Amino acid sequence: MRTIKTPEIIDAVAAMCIKANTELPDDVRAKFEEAMAKETSESAKEVLRQLLENADLAMETKLPLCQDCGLAVFFVEVGDDVRIEGNLREAINEGTRKGYADGFLRKSACDPFTRVNTGDGTPAIIHLDFTPGDKLKIFYMAKGGGSENMSRATMLAPAQGWEGIKEYVVNRVAEAGPNPCPPTIIGIGIGGTFEHAAKIAKKSLIRRLDDTHPDPEIAAKEQELEEAINKLGIGPMGLGGSTTVLSVKMSVEPCHLASLPLAVNVQCHSQRHEEVEL
Amino acid sequence: MAEFKLNTPLTDEDIAQLKAGDVVFLSGHIYSARDAAHKKLIDLLDAGKELPFDLKGAAVYYVGPSPAPPGRPIGSAGPTTSYRMDSYAPRLHSLGLKATIGKGKRNDETRKAMEDHTAVYFGATGGAGALLSNSIVDSKVIAFDDLGPEAVREMTVKDFPLLVINDCHGGELYAVPDRKAAGIE
Ligand code: SF4
Repeated sequence: MRTIKTPEIIDAVAAMCIKANTELPDDVRAKFEEAMAKETSESAKEVLRQLLENADLAMETKLPLCQDCGLAVFFVEVGDDVRIEGNLREAINEGTRKGYADGFLRKSACDPFTRVNTGDGTPAIIHLDFTPGDKLKIFYMAKGGGSENMSRATMLAPAQGWEGIKEYVVNRVAEAGPNPCPPTIIGIGIGGTFEHAAKIAKKSLIRRLDDTHPDPEIAAKEQELEEAINKLGIGPMGLGGSTTVLSVKMSVEPCHLASLPLAVNVQCHSQRHEEVEL
Repeated sequence: MAEFKLNTPLTDEDIAQLKAGDVVFLSGHIYSARDAAHKKLIDLLDAGKELPFDLKGAAVYYVGPSPAPPGRPIGSAGPTTSYRMDSYAPRLHSLGLKATIGKGKRNDETRKAMEDHTAVYFGATGGAGALLSNSIVDSKVIAFDDLGPEAVREMTVKDFPLLVINDCHGGELYAVPDRKAAGIE
């Protein structure tokens, strides 16, 4: 048993919040550069140029890349041989509070009815899981409202199959149009139950943009969707172009005999993510 | 596609010359307001009270900036998605609002209101909040301080870079998704 004390977790979480919001991750930057080289539309190139300039400026000034510093979403993997001294959930929330305050990040959590801001960026959205080993792994994502609002979940009939899934996903991106700040990243969850599909759709978004799904069949489906979506021609900020998505990431799990759950989680180009292993 | 340098307050002539796709560098005062502030503005109008700023010739920026760090007038300040303000925009246009600044599509009523009242919808690059903050030289909260990031701010902008998305002649810049090419039609 390894013991991890909460102050270590608090500091690590706060540092991740600040870094992710001010430094564009290298995988996202590489995708911008790749798109810039491929795009033929002038307006598309201009948007990508601005996004790269924005990233340089954020890095230099420590201003957030985007004013919407999102809800703080965490995927946490607790090793079986780890003991947390103190409360893990509270430590993550405290780290979020600290990061959002110290980093001058926007606090965007509010009461759904009164719309009164909670004032400190919490509560964070925390998904816990358990893995072998004696490490604590924490993934952080700043999830903006504009792209989250364009996300949907549905329960398809099993007979609709892959064609039904494809039609739903591509249609969702078409309907979202310029709203979620394209070029986007599409996280897809297929299977499980209603809520589980949404959770694994979100979890798909913690993958690096340049990775390939280990299952070649799923990797091919991701590719098929990416190509279809990019043919929509929505382009960066909806101004037209061949870069509507930067990447499609899919998670597939078994489901009920009667169901085909599908969730589409739209993430904007401001794909702010970080991870730490303690 | 033409380029213009415009100053607030905006006039009908300023707006009428603009076409979807034109680039505008805007200077002067603009007012930030998003969801919660719009609701309060409309409540004030319903109560027959005065608004915290003059709508005549005004430009409203749909933005909730991040907190200003020491030494800067404002934090990161890019646009939020505009459709959420569509239920309020037509009324404000009818009272003299000349321009809104945001990102994403507007609904039919808002587009019609822009045609009826000679107004325009500008797009700013979403997710480029650090870059856009460079064109904001001053900012002060003028109403609804309790709303935090959603408070109404008077921002002084210098050559704020904008793209005309909807002009007052029914023109729109956004690409129409090609569902056929994508194989879903
Ligand atoms: S969708 Fe993303 S990039 Fe666009 S404003 Fe929201 S958080 Fe920022």
